[in-house]
Amino acid sequence: MTNGDTSNVLAARIAPGGGTVQEDNAAELARAPLAVRGLTVSYGEKPAVFSVDATFADKAMTAIVGPNGAGKSTLLKACLGIVPRVAGEVRVFGQPLEAARHRIAYVPQRASVDWDFPTTVLDVVRMGLYREAGLFGRFTGRLDTRARKCLERVGMADFATRQIGQLSGGQQQRVFLARALAQEADLYLLDEPFAGVDAATERAIVDVLKLLKAEGKAVVAVHHDLATVADYFDRVFLINVRRIAEGTVAEAFNAETLAAAYGGRLAATHVDELVLAGPLT
Amino acid sequence: MGADFVQFSLTPILIGVFAAIACALPGNFLILRRQALIGDAISHVVLPGIVVAFLVTGAVSAMPMLLGAAGAAVLAVVLIELVKRIGGVEPGAAMGVVFTTLFAAGVLILEQSDTSSVHLDVEHALMGNLESLIWLRAEGWHSLLDVEALASLPPELPRMALTCLLITALMLVFWRWLKIATFDEGFAASLGIPAAAVGFALVIAAALSAVAAFDAVGSIIVIAMFVCPPAAARLMTQSLERQVIWSVAFATLSAVLGYVLAGYGPLWLGGADAVSAAGMIAVVSGVILGLACLFGPHRARVGAGAA
Amino acid sequence: MSAFLDAVLLQAGYNAALVALGATLLGFAAGAVGTFLYLRKRALVSDALAHATLPGVGLAFIAMVALGGDGRSLPGLLLGSALTAAVGLVLIQWIVSRTRLAEDAAIGAVLGVFFGLGIVLLTVIQTFGAGRQAGLESFLLGSTAGMLRAEALVIAAGGTLAVLAIWLLRRPMTLVAFDPGYAAALGYRVSWIDFAMMGAVLAVTVIGLKVVGLVLIVALLVIPPVAARFWTERVHLMVWIAALIGGASGYLGAAISASAPALPTGPIIVLVAAASFTVSLILAPARGLAAAVRRQNQFQRRVHRRQGLLAIARSEPIRERYTLKLLQRESLIRPDGMPTDNGKAAAAKVSRDERRWEVARRMHQDAGLTGRYDGLTPIEDVFAPDEIREFDRRLGPPAPVRG
Repeated sequence: MTNGDTSNVLAARIAPGGGTVQEDNAAELARAPLAVRGLTVSYGEKPAVFSVDATFADKAMTAIVGPNGAGKSTLLKACLGIVPRVAGEVRVFGQPLEAARHRIAYVPQRASVDWDFPTTVLDVVRMGLYREAGLFGRFTGRLDTRARKCLERVGMADFATRQIGQLSGGQQQRVFLARALAQEADLYLLDEPFAGVDAATERAIVDVLKLLKAEGKAVVAVHHDLATVADYFDRVFLINVRRIAEGTVAEAFNAETLAAAYGGRLAATHVDELVLAGPLT
Repeated sequence: MGADFVQFSLTPILIGVFAAIACALPGNFLILRRQALIGDAISHVVLPGIVVAFLVTGAVSAMPMLLGAAGAAVLAVVLIELVKRIGGVEPGAAMGVVFTTLFAAGVLILEQSDTSSVHLDVEHALMGNLESLIWLRAEGWHSLLDVEALASLPPELPRMALTCLLITALMLVFWRWLKIATFDEGFAASLGIPAAAVGFALVIAAALSAVAAFDAVGSIIVIAMFVCPPAAARLMTQSLERQVIWSVAFATLSAVLGYVLAGYGPLWLGGADAVSAAGMIAVVSGVILGLACLFGPHRARVGAGAA
Repeated sequence: MSAFLDAVLLQAGYNAALVALGATLLGFAAGAVGTFLYLRKRALVSDALAHATLPGVGLAFIAMVALGGDGRSLPGLLLGSALTAAVGLVLIQWIVSRTRLAEDAAIGAVLGVFFGLGIVLLTVIQTFGAGRQAGLESFLLGSTAGMLRAEALVIAAGGTLAVLAIWLLRRPMTLVAFDPGYAAALGYRVSWIDFAMMGAVLAVTVIGLKVVGLVLIVALLVIPPVAARFWTERVHLMVWIAALIGGASGYLGAAISASAPALPTGPIIVLVAAASFTVSLILAPARGLAAAVRRQNQFQRRVHRRQGLLAIARSEPIRERYTLKLLQRESLIRPDGMPTDNGKAAAAKVSRDERRWEVARRMHQDAGLTGRYDGLTPIEDVFAPDEIREFDRRLGPPAPVRG
């Protein structure tokens, strides 16, 4: 690290030996499933995300962690071009966003949609196929099989014709995950996939995500249950408007980085105690 | 159901049906997006658009007026967005500010300019003149095959039919985009679908329907048809596809029944004159919605997503 | 011009003066009660309410004629309009609470259907015979020309009563608009206060029928509060500002309208109010458009300038064109992208502040502080000079940026 690179003294990302920071930077941008540089997003005049550099690795599950209002969801949305960015660059598998959209699957926050919408479970999963099917392509044969297989993977095959309004919170989340699976992407971005779901659903979702990782995909999830970070994820990205720390859970998820992200509330606490104390948000 | 019917009732009924359907179709999505009142706003700003078009061209001709009204609708939508974004004003109030101001300006310009010689006034704008859109040259059903008679059809009929067709076609082509951008705008954007543009285009399509319908049937029908048939349809089914079909059925029923009741109802009751067809169509659509609220199979909210 | 002055000075005749007075009181009451409506996010409920008065006017006329009366008595017509408007309001509530339809759909449905019913009734009345119709259409857009003295008195009296009612209710309505839960905890019956608020809205609407007309009365309830919101963050001030804007619009509008023919009162009043809104939107010091544009540009400049300087400090290339342009304009980098001496100095300062923040965040680990570490808040805004000196002492001497 140069002596000027101080925005993330706590960051565990260390330039691998040999190359300069610049060269590594370029290599990362060209290779990583998702890399952002200098990403800044603001709602009004307060930055929600400020000058964030992040590199999300493949064959890994990364948790984006930080307190409420720290810009976790905003970071994801900015990566997908859903919210406009004030400044910064986003690269997906080394390409600009538009060129690589077909390689990304997205699971929005469950609460962001109106579950009273008149449609069925299978219909929602088919929405994940809209890119491939286009405006008129029919959902028969291969596409139909795929949609149903994805429902099976999340244990919702029997609910295909069910109204989405009749689902429990956990079932809604499973349907959203199935929709993302149907996209058959290489990079999965999930916004709070475990918020408000039952224990069985949480386990089922983790299993699916771990399987994706085993297939070599990159999984990035906004997560706010500190107690389960170490169990579910390999890597962690701590954010509080700015990048706080980034690295493997062992490197970047400790009392010091948490204190930096969350402030004094956690300053005197160790991660072990956190785990005992249960979910913290 | 003879020559009289073809001459005096067929064309108004058809125009009413096309107008009702053209408004009900986009209304389905407006309701799901909690934007039902956009229809209210649009129908108010059509008046200033038409008045300005009249002042610019100096004549009551269809095309400039439609363009003027469409322009006013687009202007209103843009202004509402601006007031919302810049002022941080909540959507309802932003609409209230914009459409009342434009409407007031329209009335003022109308009063100030000499339009006494032409058929252009506020009441006409509100109520339309569905009853007067008759087919004088028709002598019976066989006139439908008579090219000469067909040429004298009221021009509102082909215009409204074309609009209805266009709206239907647009909705069928962009069905998936509309559906996903309405259900989950963030996910739609993540797929690269221009969700915000789809939302804007929907409002423009609604404006187009309103403008075309307005000329023939007045703004009451426009407001009522944007909301009542789709709202009633929403209470009948849990499938968007079926909801749209129900809404078309309700819109058609409202138009036909409303026109017939307005024209013949008073006679049955011993009265002498017909009442406003536009008003009656709105009333019938309201009765249908009332019945759907009382008996619709899917009238209540259910499930974990109930808000 | 002299006609306008006469009207402004209430010299344009007794009726015109009464109308001006009535319009002023109406605007004042509408602005005040509209504020509470706006804060409760129910602005457009009033639009449905206004359109739902029309069948009441028609029914009242028919009823009065059936009872052998004239049918044109203003109090009778207003009473009828209030009745159907109340029915419309109840229906909106019923649809929202009993079905899955949202409030906007309920408002739109009631508005369209009641208005349609009103038009049907007006055409029924037309069949009663010529001369009896009595210009009920004037309720659509208001009409103060040729107003009878008794009618002007009704409007002035109604306006006074509405203002009085709102003044009496101002405290509970403020409380409910601001925090219904807290109001309930204090023992207020929120539903009753909402009911009273809608009652006041109803009163304003009915009084406004003859002056502004039912299509535009909603403007008086919505525009002044929205305009007032630009000037203040405090509810009780907002009520007064909105009331003043509404009152002034009513007064000026009525005066302008009385000064020349072909200037309909309702639209003029609305346009005066709209002008005050436009001025507020553009010029209001904190929330206005001009201020917002200036701040947004400043913000974008600050973000890019700072990111550019950070990149210089870290010897990273600057990628974004706007950043390059900005830094070049300020002579912080040369056209070839290399930093100037000024640029190096500025980068060193930014870099040093970053490190000061780091020390600061280790020393003061609290959430409030962490939240202010957004990259744009100058450290001098958060810490006292002696605190910053302490950070510097821990950091050691400043390090220059390599070029």
